[in-house]
Amino acid sequence: MAHAHESNTKRIWIVFGILSVITIVEVLFGIYKPKSLYFNNFLSMNLLNWLFIILTVVKAYYITWAFMHMEGEKKWFRRSIVWTVVFLILYLCFIILIEGGYVFDVYKTGFIKWNF
Amino acid sequence: MGATVISNEHALDGGPGPLGATYGKMMMWFFILSDALTFSGFLAAYGFSRFKFIETWPIADEVFNHFPFAHGVDAPMYYVALMTFILIFSSVTMVLAVDAGHHMKKNKVAVYMALTIVGGFIFLGSQAWEWKNFIKGEFGAVETSGGSILQFVKKGEDGNYERVKLADFAAVLPEDRAQHSRNNGVWFMDEATIPSHSANEIIQGFKAHEDILVRVETIDPTTKKKVVLSREESIKRLADTRYVVEGANLVRNEYGSKLFANFFFFITGFHGFHVFTGVLINIIIFFNVLLGTYEKRKSYEMVEKVGLYWHFVDLVWVFVFTFFYLV
Repeated sequence: MAHAHESNTKRIWIVFGILSVITIVEVLFGIYKPKSLYFNNFLSMNLLNWLFIILTVVKAYYITWAFMHMEGEKKWFRRSIVWTVVFLILYLCFIILIEGGYVFDVYKTGFIKWNF
Repeated sequence: MGATVISNEHALDGGPGPLGATYGKMMMWFFILSDALTFSGFLAAYGFSRFKFIETWPIADEVFNHFPFAHGVDAPMYYVALMTFILIFSSVTMVLAVDAGHHMKKNKVAVYMALTIVGGFIFLGSQAWEWKNFIKGEFGAVETSGGSILQFVKKGEDGNYERVKLADFAAVLPEDRAQHSRNNGVWFMDEATIPSHSANEIIQGFKAHEDILVRVETIDPTTKKKVVLSREESIKRLADTRYVVEGANLVRNEYGSKLFANFFFFITGFHGFHVFTGVLINIIIFFNVLLGTYEKRKSYEMVEKVGLYWHFVDLVWVFVFTFFYLV
């Protein structure tokens, strides 16, 4: 798709449209906060936050693939970047957020109260 | 799905490297990879602190609710949404410049680069305005000896609690507290700006206004709103007042958890610094385009590389937007 010498102008504007629509949807959900999403949890995070995070990843996909021409790179070059970053970020979030929740529990049920 | 521009035969001039990419582009990608991990570290640390204080973390909608020329209007999200659009749009002009570069259209590249630079400056200006509002604060609060922030509300006409500014109820007492600056005290010492009201003035003013209540940091899980205390409890909590807090700095802020302001300054500041360097690099490349450097080189790959960096800055903002303002 991202061939060096053919014009991609049309695709660029389509991607801009997609990114804008996603942002507008996010802002609308952020302002109205539908109760059915905001007060229901999945894996101890409310559905609204899940929606925001999924939409953000979709936006990131379009920026990387279309704007940064990731789709035009060779398969293993692409993978050496994307797989590395995705794996490390997931791992980092997993350990750090679990730890954060654990520290919260210690403060809540233990005897320590200290805001630092 | 072919490889992108390879118009140079010599590897050290940016010619073909491994995996069909030129060395320059490949290294830009690996730099972006490492920078992405740096930002992930910051955002994950933000997540850690937030999970740690999940019951008392400030609600972003109440903090970032300003819009230019709309004073006193509660407008959450609109301004950051606008900033997001500015950055996405400058990404579009950047990718259009790269596209024009593939066709060796020098003037088109220059125009799109110039638009990208303008977009970058507008974004930086918007961020400065956002910081100004954050630092200045709006309502003010007090901090107790235990380090909690107490804010003030009263019941509005629609039955919901609305925030009250300190100036609206603080008593005026005959207390004179001079600002310690270098020219009126010890010459090598000064102090941070002292708040416009003393703790005592707030407590006395609170006692005189029956309708005002204290709002604590705790979030009620059933309504996801901050808990408002009864009048008696309010007076009891207020007796612990240590400081009057107006706005935000790195030590304390009127919004709640101290870490909230620290992370806000650090993460948006680090991102803003990236935008700033991105604009600088864009300017350098823009002048090179004007001078015809890439015309002579018969390749606009340099525009593509700086474009990668610029898109990365946009990519980071997408995540900052989500984790600071939406989630």
